[in-house]
Amino acid sequence: MKKYLSFFRIRFVNGLQYRTAAYAGIATQFAWGFMEILIFKAFYNADAAAFPMEFSQLSSYIWLQQAFLALFMLWFLDNEIFSAISSGNIAYELSRPIDLYFMWFTKNLAIRLSKAVLRCMPILIVAAFLPSPYGIVLPFSFLGFLAFLAAMLLALFTVVAFSMLIYIATFYTLSPLGIRIVALSLTEFLSGAVIPLPFLPDNVRKIVEATPFASMQNLPLRIYSGNIAGSEMLRGISLQVFWLTVLVLAGRLWIKKALKNVVVQGG
Amino acid sequence: MRLYLKYLSIHIKSQMQYKVSFFLTVTGQFLTSFSAFLGIYFMMTRFNKVDDFSFSEVLLCFATVLIAFSLAECFARSFDTFSGMIGNGEFDRIMVRPRNEMFQVLASKLELSRMGRLIQAVIVFAYAIPASGVAWSADKVITLVLMIISGIAIFSGLFVIYAAFCFFTTEGLEFMNIFTDGGREFGRYPLSIYGEGILRFFTFVIPLALFQYYPFLYLTGRSANVLYILFPLVGFMFLIPCHIIWKIGVRHYKSTGS
Repeated sequence: MKKYLSFFRIRFVNGLQYRTAAYAGIATQFAWGFMEILIFKAFYNADAAAFPMEFSQLSSYIWLQQAFLALFMLWFLDNEIFSAISSGNIAYELSRPIDLYFMWFTKNLAIRLSKAVLRCMPILIVAAFLPSPYGIVLPFSFLGFLAFLAAMLLALFTVVAFSMLIYIATFYTLSPLGIRIVALSLTEFLSGAVIPLPFLPDNVRKIVEATPFASMQNLPLRIYSGNIAGSEMLRGISLQVFWLTVLVLAGRLWIKKALKNVVVQGG
Repeated sequence: MRLYLKYLSIHIKSQMQYKVSFFLTVTGQFLTSFSAFLGIYFMMTRFNKVDDFSFSEVLLCFATVLIAFSLAECFARSFDTFSGMIGNGEFDRIMVRPRNEMFQVLASKLELSRMGRLIQAVIVFAYAIPASGVAWSADKVITLVLMIISGIAIFSGLFVIYAAFCFFTTEGLEFMNIFTDGGREFGRYPLSIYGEGILRFFTFVIPLALFQYYPFLYLTGRSANVLYILFPLVGFMFLIPCHIIWKIGVRHYKSTGS
């Protein structure tokens, strides 16, 4: 356990070094969130009755999404792992007395968290001072807030567990780019990164909500503003636990199989 | 021009060497922008209209911007990845050759895989052109062609500015993405839906509206102002400040020494 913690710490501290990049990122994400909200505002003006959530809930959703972008963006992967696999450096990793899966897992957690820590506060603070209904609202309730934190953590774990599958797939294809783009393009949409899932037609939404992708950013961001509450919330969180277990188990089994007949590329 | 065509043919040949990877990337590009299309589709079927624009009109707008962007990215990609060129000293080599620097940077890369986006844009176009209810007379066709050409020019100009900033920072400025990628993402709806202030910004500062919004009004018959046909041409003037910024950047250039 200790060695994974130190992997985590090294990556986390390393990630905190890129502060200027973070400031530029904050400005970008702020502008981005602002434009997104204006789009939804235009739709709201077109037909307020067809709007599936309260406008303030939507604003909170967008601002949280921008603030915690680094936690949930599926395309945000560790290039070091890809190059380790395709260059053969993986051989060094394999000779160490560590579990590859958990090492990669903690590294990914650390990178994502360090990025998010640097970026989230300024965005959230500014968004809190925006006039209603464009700003971020206070959490729906104290209990809801605790549930939000739990769902955030589970969502982050689910995202990392899913990206592990993409890393492992690289063992078989060696060219990471193709598989990465094909795997990531639609998942982005299914996780609610393009439009929040309530905007989908009901029958489509029901199917999408059962997939592991809805257990990512969709759930915590909607719990925060009270769009999902009560028994629906409990069901959502149990589904998260279920998918997380499935993804981790699948990843563990798959990596074991992949490592058994791994061909180290080059010397 | 002859030289540029020569460069192009070399790039095409070299990219065709890796056919599988090429087609996978093209498919990926196609799917990536497909999620943006799905976003529009579900939003428009739910709300029917936005700022009085119908679904097929929005699609026409979306396809125009996507075509302009993907062509600009295909040809001017080297400016988008310019920080790498400064970082590895490639630009030093360019400076010592007896040709215009901008031309050499432009010719140094051709990103054919961006065709994935283009293919999608063309498909959407093929649907939206008859469906949008526009009576396609000669002047409207000319307007549409001008919109696309001007769009390519403006997006390329933005890439040049992005590259020029690298002279000062060596790293790319993430903030510029708001205008390049953002221009693509937010240009999928007519720019007026963002309100008066934003529209003015995209008219006078970053003139995306000159090719995306005003001529579009004429195209869809919302305005009878014939002058709007010529607005995309005004957009070309955006290349002048871009060129000046680039020149200032080159003068400021200090090699990274690698």
